[in-house]
Amino acid sequence: MLIRIPKRSDEKESAVTDPEIYRQRRVFMQQCAAGMAGLAGGLLVGGQAQAGLTLGTPRSSPYSTDEELTPMHAATHYNNFYELGYKKEDPSRNAAALKTEPWTVEVEGYCENPGTYAVEDLVPMDQLEERIYRLRCVEAWSMVIPWVGVPLATALKKLRPTSQARYVAFQTILDPENLPGQRRNVLDWPYVEGLRIDEAMHPLTLLTVGMYGQVLPNQNGAPIRIVVPWKYGFKSIKSIVRIRFVEGQPPTAWNQATPNEYGFYSNVNPEVNHPRWSQRRERRIGEFRKRKTLMFNGYAEEVAHLYSGMDLHKYF
Amino acid sequence: MRTPTAAGWVKPALFLLCLVPVIDLAHGAWTNTLGVNPLETLTRSTGTWTLRFLLLTLLVTPLIRVMRTPALLRYRRMLGLFAFFYASIHLGTYLWFDKFFDWQEIWLDIQDRLFITAGVTAFLLLVPLALTSTRRAQRALGNAWNRLHRLIYVATFAGLLHYFWLVKADYLEPIIYASIFAVLMLARIRKSSTVNVSGVS
Ligand code: HEM
Repeated sequence: MLIRIPKRSDEKESAVTDPEIYRQRRVFMQQCAAGMAGLAGGLLVGGQAQAGLTLGTPRSSPYSTDEELTPMHAATHYNNFYELGYKKEDPSRNAAALKTEPWTVEVEGYCENPGTYAVEDLVPMDQLEERIYRLRCVEAWSMVIPWVGVPLATALKKLRPTSQARYVAFQTILDPENLPGQRRNVLDWPYVEGLRIDEAMHPLTLLTVGMYGQVLPNQNGAPIRIVVPWKYGFKSIKSIVRIRFVEGQPPTAWNQATPNEYGFYSNVNPEVNHPRWSQRRERRIGEFRKRKTLMFNGYAEEVAHLYSGMDLHKYF
Repeated sequence: MRTPTAAGWVKPALFLLCLVPVIDLAHGAWTNTLGVNPLETLTRSTGTWTLRFLLLTLLVTPLIRVMRTPALLRYRRMLGLFAFFYASIHLGTYLWFDKFFDWQEIWLDIQDRLFITAGVTAFLLLVPLALTSTRRAQRALGNAWNRLHRLIYVATFAGLLHYFWLVKADYLEPIIYASIFAVLMLARIRKSSTVNVSGVS
């Protein structure tokens, strides 16, 4: 079988997957049946990534949560992706404005293998994993999303960063002619983000090419993005065209726009409020009551040691 | 100029028109078509409509002057009360869906968050205006009524501050509303020395 629903560990399967998603996947598979001949395993062959195509059978991961998935429609129609518009419903509406073909990623800075890479050079399609992560937006809402990708560390190791590489800087595509959001200077385009090298190499940090078993829809950051589940969503930069290994802490887009509101680290932290709203609680999309926000978005066990000894009120 | 009979159906029609946004929201809530985050949609939409009704209320006086149609005055109270109506729902959605009536949390918010402080200020300023909106109160207060109701300028200003302070990056919409407010205020400053319609300020 060429296309199948990605499997998580069996005992989780029924508890985790929203019937709505199963329904959508079935519909999708029917629509796709005609194109099946061309789909052998990975789908990014030759850079022919197309939103909506399934991604073979990613492996399940012990890092996945068993919480109920946010319906795919919600995760793909309520987005902050300012390049495609500033309102939540804009990115899905303007998705076609993002041109993902051809796509290359420039790798620069302190590493042994700089150069121009295709998506599939960075993301080995035979090693895809599904990671079901909580996503906590800085605006105090959250979702649970099954991403598909490989640990960012897998890709970075191939690029062989040198000892001077203490941070990794990322940049989103700059294309003001096509991207409606980049026609006004709402942010200082292009969007840039960064991680400390140990954050970037952490096994939770995912270099992502898909979600819900399918190739990333444009509004979710196609064709390649990262997902850093213990940080506020805006750290998980979308539609990456440049990766640079640097020595000093790189500038980050929201921090440059409003330094007192968005720090470089931006770890999810219920104790440190955003100046304009409380971070103690969050609304899980689809729920009425608010939930308590967890330290490091519930990933404290895995990542707290990265910040031991740091004053997280200062390094917010 | 309108005859009294023409105004007879205009007022109920306007009343129904002013109800359209809330009926639309209620319908959306009932059929679950308010988008992915319906509670946010409710808060944002009622906030926007509060501001729009405040500006519509402020539009009446300059319109009377420009078009020389004093009959329009009879609709101003209704528009003002609708502003208060939408502000009350807006506040209600915050108290319930955002804070679940956790008064301690709400009090912290009012102190800590400038945009909430401004919003609450705007709302509190509207309360005495709504309470004294009856013809009886207007007669009893005489000239003081006019002065009191100038608080709508301060309330709208506070509402605009509230809007500017809650925006993350895209200031286009608050700038548009603030510009409309500025035009409506300028129209008052420039005309206040020439014409004076009673009960209009
Ligand atoms: C006359 C009084 C008020 C006016 C004119 C007003 C107006 C607005 C406007 C225009 C918005 C933005 C809508 C959008 O984003 O499209 C808004 C949002 C909001 N307002 Fe108000 N408001 C008022 C009073 C209040 C009060 C008293 C509170 C609570 C104590 C409040 C809480 C909020 C909240 C929580 C939001 C949503 C913020 C967000 O989604 O980030 N407002 N308001």
